[in-house]
Amino acid sequence: MNPTQSHTPLAPARLALEDGTVLTGRGFGADIETVGELVFNTSMTGYQEILSDPSYRGQTVLLTQPHIGNYGVNSEDEESTRIWTSGLIVREACDRASNFRSGMELSAWLLQHGVPGIDGVDTRMLTRKVRDGGEQRVLITRDRHATDEQLVARVRTAPRVADVDHVLQVTTKEPYAWSRGYESPFSAPARGKAARPFKIVAYDFGAKTNILRSLVAHGLDVTVVPATTPGEAVLERQPDGVFLSNGPGDPAICRYAITAAQLLVRKLPVFGICLGHQILGHVFGGKTYKMKFGHHGGNQPVMDLTTGKVEITAQNHSYAIDPQSLPDAVEVTHKNLNDQTVEGLRHKELPVFSVQYHPEAAPGPHDALYLFARFVELLQRHR
Amino acid sequence: MPRRQDLNSILILGSGPIVIGQACEFDYSGVQACKALRADGFKIILINSNPATIMTDPETADRTYIEPITPEVVARIIETERPDAILPTLGGQTALNCAMQLHDMGVLEKFGVEMIGARPQAIAKAEGRLEFRQAMEKIGLQCANSQLAYSMVEARKALDIIGLPCVIRPGFTLGGTGGGIAYNLQEFEEIAARGLQMSLNSEVLIEESIAGWKEFELEVMRDTKDNVVIICSIENFDPMGVHTGDSITVAPAQTLTDREYQLMRDASIAVIREIGVDTGGSNVQFATNPRDGRMIVIEMNPRVSRSSALASKATGFPIAKIAAKLAVGYTLDELRNDITKVTPASFEPTIDYCVVKFPRWAFEKFPTADSVLTTQMKSVGEVMAIGATFKEAMQKALRGLETGRHGFGNVPGKAHCKPDELDKESIRPHLVTPRADRIDWVRAAFLAGMTVEEIHDSSRIDPWFLDQLKTLVDFEARLVATGKAGLKGFDTGTLRRAKELGFSDRQIAAACAEKIGEWEVRAWRKRLGVIPVYKRVDTCAAEFQSFTPYLYSTYCGEEDEVDCDRNKERVIVIGGGPNRIGQGIEFDYCCVHAAMALREMGFESVMINSNPETVSTDFDTSDMLFFEPLTHEDVMNVIDRIAPRGVIVQFGGQTPLNLARGLKDHGAPLVGTSVESIEAAEDRELFSKVVDRLGIDQPQNGMASNADQALAVAERIGYPVLVRPSFVLGGRAMEVVYDRAGLDSYMERHRSFSEERPLLVDKFLDSAIEVDVDAIADGKSVVIGGIMEHIEEAGIHSGDSSCSLPPYSLSEGLIEEIRQKTKQLALELKVIGLINIQWAVKGPRLYILEANPRASRTVPFVSKVIGQPLAKMAARIMLGQSLAQVGAHERVDLPFFAVKAPVFPFNKFHGVDTLLGPEMKSTGEVMGADVSFGAAFAKAMVGAGNTLPKEGKVFVSVRDEDKRLIVPLIDRLHDLGFEIVATSGTAKALQNAGVPVQRVFKIHEGRPHVLDLIVNQEVRLIINTPSGRRERSDDRLIRSSAVSRKIPCITTLSAASATIQGLENWLKKPLAVTTLQEYHARLD
Repeated sequence: MNPTQSHTPLAPARLALEDGTVLTGRGFGADIETVGELVFNTSMTGYQEILSDPSYRGQTVLLTQPHIGNYGVNSEDEESTRIWTSGLIVREACDRASNFRSGMELSAWLLQHGVPGIDGVDTRMLTRKVRDGGEQRVLITRDRHATDEQLVARVRTAPRVADVDHVLQVTTKEPYAWSRGYESPFSAPARGKAARPFKIVAYDFGAKTNILRSLVAHGLDVTVVPATTPGEAVLERQPDGVFLSNGPGDPAICRYAITAAQLLVRKLPVFGICLGHQILGHVFGGKTYKMKFGHHGGNQPVMDLTTGKVEITAQNHSYAIDPQSLPDAVEVTHKNLNDQTVEGLRHKELPVFSVQYHPEAAPGPHDALYLFARFVELLQRHR
Repeated sequence: MPRRQDLNSILILGSGPIVIGQACEFDYSGVQACKALRADGFKIILINSNPATIMTDPETADRTYIEPITPEVVARIIETERPDAILPTLGGQTALNCAMQLHDMGVLEKFGVEMIGARPQAIAKAEGRLEFRQAMEKIGLQCANSQLAYSMVEARKALDIIGLPCVIRPGFTLGGTGGGIAYNLQEFEEIAARGLQMSLNSEVLIEESIAGWKEFELEVMRDTKDNVVIICSIENFDPMGVHTGDSITVAPAQTLTDREYQLMRDASIAVIREIGVDTGGSNVQFATNPRDGRMIVIEMNPRVSRSSALASKATGFPIAKIAAKLAVGYTLDELRNDITKVTPASFEPTIDYCVVKFPRWAFEKFPTADSVLTTQMKSVGEVMAIGATFKEAMQKALRGLETGRHGFGNVPGKAHCKPDELDKESIRPHLVTPRADRIDWVRAAFLAGMTVEEIHDSSRIDPWFLDQLKTLVDFEARLVATGKAGLKGFDTGTLRRAKELGFSDRQIAAACAEKIGEWEVRAWRKRLGVIPVYKRVDTCAAEFQSFTPYLYSTYCGEEDEVDCDRNKERVIVIGGGPNRIGQGIEFDYCCVHAAMALREMGFESVMINSNPETVSTDFDTSDMLFFEPLTHEDVMNVIDRIAPRGVIVQFGGQTPLNLARGLKDHGAPLVGTSVESIEAAEDRELFSKVVDRLGIDQPQNGMASNADQALAVAERIGYPVLVRPSFVLGGRAMEVVYDRAGLDSYMERHRSFSEERPLLVDKFLDSAIEVDVDAIADGKSVVIGGIMEHIEEAGIHSGDSSCSLPPYSLSEGLIEEIRQKTKQLALELKVIGLINIQWAVKGPRLYILEANPRASRTVPFVSKVIGQPLAKMAARIMLGQSLAQVGAHERVDLPFFAVKAPVFPFNKFHGVDTLLGPEMKSTGEVMGADVSFGAAFAKAMVGAGNTLPKEGKVFVSVRDEDKRLIVPLIDRLHDLGFEIVATSGTAKALQNAGVPVQRVFKIHEGRPHVLDLIVNQEVRLIINTPSGRRERSDDRLIRSSAVSRKIPCITTLSAASATIQGLENWLKKPLAVTTLQEYHARLD
C-alpha cells in the first residue's frame, strides 16, 4: 500500500433519510450510491475495526467522533479482509493520516472496497434523529441530478435490511483452521491460557478476527466453520467446545444456527458472543426483539451480576434478548446499567454461557477479556 | 456500597492562594465536594486561606476557616473540630502536602482522623520518584530511565549514567517548580541545585530526556469496588518537553489508534490500582515515541488536578463531585450522570466535538524572565474552546485568549506575520524552542512555504495538528482573494465555509479590501443567514437525552439545541475569561454570585465564559452555560439567540467592560451602571471634571502624546511622577520615575504612545497611604462595603499591596471624609451596582487616584469580612431592587481585623526582581483575620507562604529617607530576641541610636558579604527598602536570592512595621483559629 496514493477529491454528496431529511456534504471514498440502515457508533477510536466488522453488513455507520481518518488504516487492525458497511457518515474525514503504523488513507481504503463516505454533515442532528425516531434507512449518493424528493423516494423503496439473512453473505464458504493469536505488539496480553490446546469449533456468523485471535491467544486450537454447518457435522470433528460468533442482522432468521446449537449445547461447552449470544437465547426458548437504536459504541457499562463489578464494554447490536422470555434454567449474568437490558446469560445446568457485548474489544476497552479465560476454565472443567 | 455511616464530619483542605500551577480549578473542585457531601448530611469543616473563593462563602461549609494552610494551623483546627475524616485530594498539591505532613507528624493518628480519598501510603507511592518507578516496573510499565539524587554529589553521579540532555524533576513540588531540562553541564548544575532547594524532601530525579515525544494524559476514576473508568483522554499539541500546564492540549486524543489508546487505558487502570488510590480521580501522563509507539509513564497525580477540571468541562462529567461521593463509600454505579439523569456514573464519556485548551502567560510582566517553555509551568491562566472540529476550536481558543489575536492568522501588528519578510532560516529557531508565541511561528512557517514535514522536523508537533492548521492558512489565502472584491464578494458558501473553519468576523473584516470592522461583517453574515447553532455538551454524544443546557456554538451543523424556559426571562452574566495577573478568581467569584442572585430572583441565569478552571463554568452554577470566547461576535451571537432581558458586564473584570460599548451600541440590554458612567470614570478629562465639580482633590496630572509634552507635564507638576499608557489593566507598564533621566528611559522603553493612546503622567504622592473603598449603590443611595487601608505606601499596585479592613491607622475624621466623598462620587456617576475607589492620604489631605464603577478585586474579601454578599446584592440592584430591598447596610466598626496579602510568582521566574511597583505582579491573595491587627497580619504573612522566623538573624538595609523611621522598629525586633545585621549606612544609623547591630559587607566590599549570608541561609528575614531613584543591583540580587531560598523579604517601611507587630503577637502566643461563621456572629 502506498501512503501517498491519491484519492478522489471531495465532491458534493448528499444523504437522504426515510423521514425525508436530505443533507448535503462532501463525498469521499467510492463514488457509488448505497442504502443502509443508519446506525451511530459513539466510539472515539477504532474506525478501521468498525468498518471491517462483518456485523455491520447492511448498515451505514455514522461515527459521532468528528475527526475520522486521523491515524489512517494499517495492516494489523482489520477485523476481516474487507469493509462491510454500506457507507460511512462523519463530521470531518481526514485526508492526511498521522501514525507510524498507517499504510493507507481512510478515503483510499473506502475507495478500494467500493464504499462511499460523506462528511460535512450535522452528525449530531442525525444521531438525535436515530435516538428519538429509531433506526431508519439512509442513502448516500453523489448523484447531482436527482432532486431531494427523488432521493427520499429511492431510500424509501430500497430493500429492507431486516428482510435479508446477512449472515449467509458474510460467513466463510469452507471450514478452515485459524492459528494466529495476538500478533500485533499493540494487543493486550491474554489473561490465562489453556493448559493444553483444547479443540474449538467456531461458528462464523460474521466473526471478528480479534475473537479468533483471542481464542488462539488463550491457547485454543480453532477451526472456523460456515454458519450453516449442522450440529452433527461439528460433533464429528470431536471438539472440546464450541464458539458462536457475532454477526449481522436478526437472530430469529438464523433457524439453521439455532437448530445446530440446540444439539451442541447438550453435548459440549459453548460460549457465544453477540449474535451467538442471541442464538443461545433462542436455543433455550427465549425471544429477541429489535431495539430502538441498539448499542453501538465502546463505553457501555455492564454489571457482572455475580461479582457486582462494572466493566466498560464494546458493543454493536440492534437486537436484544427479552429477559421475561427466558426459562428458569437460564440465568441472566450481566446487565446493561444504562437501560437494564440483558448482557450475559448462563445456563444453570449446561456448560453454556454468552455475552451480548464484545470481550475481544477491537475496538473498545479490554475490561471483559477475562471471559475468554472463563471459557478456558469451562473447557477444563468439562473434560 | 452506599454512603459510609461511620463518618459524620469531614475536613476538606483547600488549595490556598492562586499561584502558577494552582488556580480556580481547586475552588471548582472544592465547591463541588462541599456541596455533594453536605447534600449527603455530612458536616463539612473547610480550611482555605483564599478569601476570593466560592468555597469560603459561609454557606458552602458548616465551619469555614479562612486560616493559613500549614500543618500547625490545621492541627489546631483538627484539635478543635475533631473531624472523623480528612479529604486531601481536592485541594491540589497544597492540600496533599499538608495532609501528608499532618500524617507524618502523627496528628491524624492522635485525633483519630481517617484520610479518605487517597491513603498516605498511596500518596507517598505516587509522589515519591523512586517508589513510583518501582511500582511501574512491578506492573510491567516503562518509565523514562532515571536516577534519584539527594545531593549535588549524587546528582552528578546520576548524570554520568543518564547523560545530557536530561530532565530534572524535584520531588513533592507543584507545577514542576524548580525543574527543567539541562542541555549542558552549567545548566545541569544550576537546575539540579535549584531543584534540591525547592523540593520538600530535597529530592530530584535526573531523567532521560524524551523531549519531542507525543504526550497524553488520561483522567481516571476508581471506586471502593475497584470499578475504574476513564473520563477523558487529552493529547498535547506541544510534544514532551513543555509542561502540560504550558501546553496547548486537545480532547479527545486525536492521533492514537484504538489499539494504542486501549493499551494506554489499561496502563492507567493498572497505575491507579498499583498506586492504591482507593477512590476518586487521578491523572496519568504518558509519552509515546512517534516512531514506534513505545509508551512511557511520566507521572500520576493521586488527586484531582487542573487537568481533571479541564476534563470535567470538556466532557460534562463532574470529576470532583463524583470523587467526593466515592470517598465516602458510594460506588460509580450507584451515582447518577447528572446530565442524562437516567444513566449511571459508571461509564466513559464520549464526545462529539473537539476541545482545545490554550495557556495564557504573563511574560510581559516579567521582562527579565526566561520565556522559554520547559518542564516548569509558567502560564497564569488558560482558555478552553469547544468546536465541532479541531480547527473551529483552535480559532475560538485563540480569540478567547484575549491577547489581541482574532484567531489563527490576521494578527495585526505582529512582525512575524508579514510573509514577505520571512525566511525559513529565521523562523526555524522559533519552531525548535517553544515560547508563548510558537503558534504564530507555525503560521509564519507555512506562509514562508515550509511544509508540514519541515515544521514537524523542527517543532516535533504532530503532523496531524500541523495539517489542520495548514488548512486554515490555505483558506486564509482564499479569504484574502475573495476580500479583494470587498465584503460583498463573500457569498453564502464562502462565508459559511470560513465560519465552519472558525474564522472570526474580525479576521474576515481584515481580509476585505475596504476598511471595515467586525460589525459590518456581522451584519452581512446575518443577512446571508450565516449564523451559528448551539450544541450541547452531554457526556454521551447524544445517545441519551440531556437535561443540562451546557452549550457551545458551531457553524458546522444545522440543528440548534438551545431550550429556553418560556415562562422566564433570561439575564446574561459575562465572565472574566482566562486568568491573568490582575484578573482572576475574584471576578469569577462575583460572576457566580450574580448567577445565584439571578436564579433566586426567578430569572433564567445565563453564563458566558471561556475559562475551564472556574466555578462559573460549572454547568450547575447557572441555568444555561455558553462556553464561548468573550468577544463582541461570540457574545452578540448568544444575545441574538436567547433574547435576554438583561446583560451584566460589571462582574467579569476588564473583559466584559471592554465589550460594553460595542454591545450596547448593537442593542444589547445592559443593566446596571451605564456605559456612559463607566466611560466617565475611565476617561481622564471627563473624570477630572466630575471630581472637580465635587471638590475632590486629584494628584496633579497631564497627558502627553509625544516626548516633549511628557517632559513638559512632568516639569509642571514636579517629580516624582507616575507614568503609564492609557487603557491598561493591572498597572501594565506603569512606573514611578523620579527625574528626567528616568522619564527619558521610560519613554525609550515604551514608545507606543500617540494622539489616540496618550501617555498619562500623574504627580506621584511619595509616602502616601493608599485606601481602597468598595461601595454599592442603587442610583439613589450608597452603602459603603468596606474601607481598606493599604499597608504598603502608595505607588505599589493595589493588587500587590497588603491591606487591612478596617483601617488600622487612619483617623476617624479621615474615614468619615472618605465615606462622604465615596458616596458623593458614586451618586454623581449614577452607579447602579458596585464601585471601587482608590484614595491616597498624604498628610491631612485626601486625593482620589481612580474610580472603577464595577466589581473590584476586593469584593469577595470585603464580602467575607462584613458578612454581606456584595456581588449578589449588586446583581439584584441592577435588576431593579433597591439597597433597602437587598438588605445592604454599613458595617464600618468591625470587632476584628482582616488583612489581605498578595502572593507572587517570583519563584517560578528565576532571577526576576521581586521589587514591587505600580505594575501588578501578584497572582493571588490570602486573608488573615484576628482580633488584633498584628496577629491578623502575621496570619496573612504565613498564609501567603512566608516562613516567619521566631529567632535568628534579620538583615536590614534601608534607603536614607527611611533610616530615621526604621530605628524604633528594629529596636523592637531586637527586644524580641533577633540578631540584627546591616550594611554600613543602616548599621551606622542603628548604632548611633544604640541598637546592637552587626555590620556586614555589601557585595562589592569584600567577603563574606550579605549574599553569602543569604545563600547560607543564616538570615531568616530581610528588610530591604530600595533607594527608588536608581535600580541598585545589590538590592536586586539580595531580593531574588531571598525568594529562591524562601526567606521573607520586606521592601517597604510600612510592611516592616506591620510585620514586626505581627511577630510580636505571634511570639507571645500561638495563632488562634476562628471560623468565619463565628466572626459573622460577632457582627450582629
